[in-house]
Amino acid sequence: MKRIFPPLIPFVVVTLALEGMVRGGFVPSYLVPAPSAVLRALIDSRDELASAMAKTSAAALIGFGLSTLAGVAIAVLLSSSRAIQRSFYPYAVFFQTVPIIAIAPLLVIWFGYGMKTVIASAFIVSIFPVIANTLTGLLSTDPALRDLFRLYGASPGVTLVKLRFPAALPQILTGLRVASGLAVIGAIVGEFIGGQGLGSVVDVARTQQRVDKVFAAVLLASVLGLALFGLINLVSALTLRRWHASEQPG
Amino acid sequence: MTNPKVAETARGVALRLQRVRRVFENNLVVIEGMDLDIDAGEFLAVLGPSGCGKSTLLRMIARLSAPDGGRIVTEPKQFQTAFVFQDAHLLPWRTVLDNTALPLELKGTGREARHATARAVLAQVGLAEAEARYPVQLSSGMRMRVSLARALVTEPRLLLMDEPFAALDEITRFNLEVQLRDLWQRRSMTVIFVTHSISEAAFLANRAVVMTRRKGGIKLDRRTDLPAERTNDLRSDRRLGHEMKLLMDAMEEE
Repeated sequence: MKRIFPPLIPFVVVTLALEGMVRGGFVPSYLVPAPSAVLRALIDSRDELASAMAKTSAAALIGFGLSTLAGVAIAVLLSSSRAIQRSFYPYAVFFQTVPIIAIAPLLVIWFGYGMKTVIASAFIVSIFPVIANTLTGLLSTDPALRDLFRLYGASPGVTLVKLRFPAALPQILTGLRVASGLAVIGAIVGEFIGGQGLGSVVDVARTQQRVDKVFAAVLLASVLGLALFGLINLVSALTLRRWHASEQPG
Repeated sequence: MTNPKVAETARGVALRLQRVRRVFENNLVVIEGMDLDIDAGEFLAVLGPSGCGKSTLLRMIARLSAPDGGRIVTEPKQFQTAFVFQDAHLLPWRTVLDNTALPLELKGTGREARHATARAVLAQVGLAEAEARYPVQLSSGMRMRVSLARALVTEPRLLLMDEPFAALDEITRFNLEVQLRDLWQRRSMTVIFVTHSISEAAFLANRAVVMTRRKGGIKLDRRTDLPAERTNDLRSDRRLGHEMKLLMDAMEEE
């Protein structure tokens, strides 16, 4: 209750203020819809929005899942040798600087309209923070503990599984937290071009001057982002609660 | 009658350092032509100012790094070494029991057997009650005892300690020193204990070596004249004061 109540107060205040401002004619409703209008749009278009939400969620989740798997695998590979890291890490950084909105049309050429393009977009946008954070985590293993594992003849594989990976877990989870939000952004951007889900709803509603529906779709996209973020926090709490300072009671 | 085979395997390790040399990457000569003989079962304290190469020496003896010149001969050739660091360096995601059993796990001992051995060692360091706890729930003194238990779990013949108690409060340190001395007496192992604490070196060791500030020379090599049994009562004993004075004089000439 303590965690839910404080952020609820500004939400209620802002919502009421906005409603009052739009109804009083201070803000034109074709620019910013009244919260009640957004709610009405949510209810009136619930079938369309629900199906769009389902598609966007699926694409964001799959894209995020793929970047988790690929990102961790790439980071493990990069961390295995200095030479590999020097040769390939710059490309990972380069990859990250390519604006997704600029290559989205290319994705359509490669994957066609629909789910594949959207997943690819979510994947591309969200993989870098997973690689970067996992790599940092894997490379910052306590040198004393590495010595200890050497002293008892542990192989590089055993050292990875029993020492470097668990030690990097807090950082990996930080990467996943950032990636989860980005995956939703990537999915929406992909949908602008790939034509489905909430991104498409926003695009179509915009051309119809349905600001209330745009807001309704944006609201759902945020809810999706929050839900993914919450999921990672839950996983983090479950895995780290016993041993990591970030999950210890005050 | 004692079984000669058991008697032999139960001995500590004897080491002979011959003209050992160690140079860092920036061409800094840390240790130059160091000679040192260490008897099996000895408790040796290595004292010296910061940066004199104590830790470098310990890493070479542990075979974590190789000398750039000279050699280190050991008798026997194959044996288990254990290392205790300045901080406990436990795996925070493992319980006390699993931390203690880690070396056995890495060496391929089965779960039942390694837990049984770990429990026995934990009892020896007075931590039997804490086996299910995580490191974050322990005091720094308890963590260091887990670290010590982890080192002892493989029954090492050579125990290397790099300023293990430096970060602890004095009472905790005093008690751990007594405990360590007691463990050493009950086991057959050679202990090399690096420290910059004069009182610690004098209290713990049978022999203390003072290193010079540069190039790992040896200024003083003294077999201490103290009773084998060392309790906290010895701390106010004049004989300990005498040993400390000798070590202090050697350190101060630097």
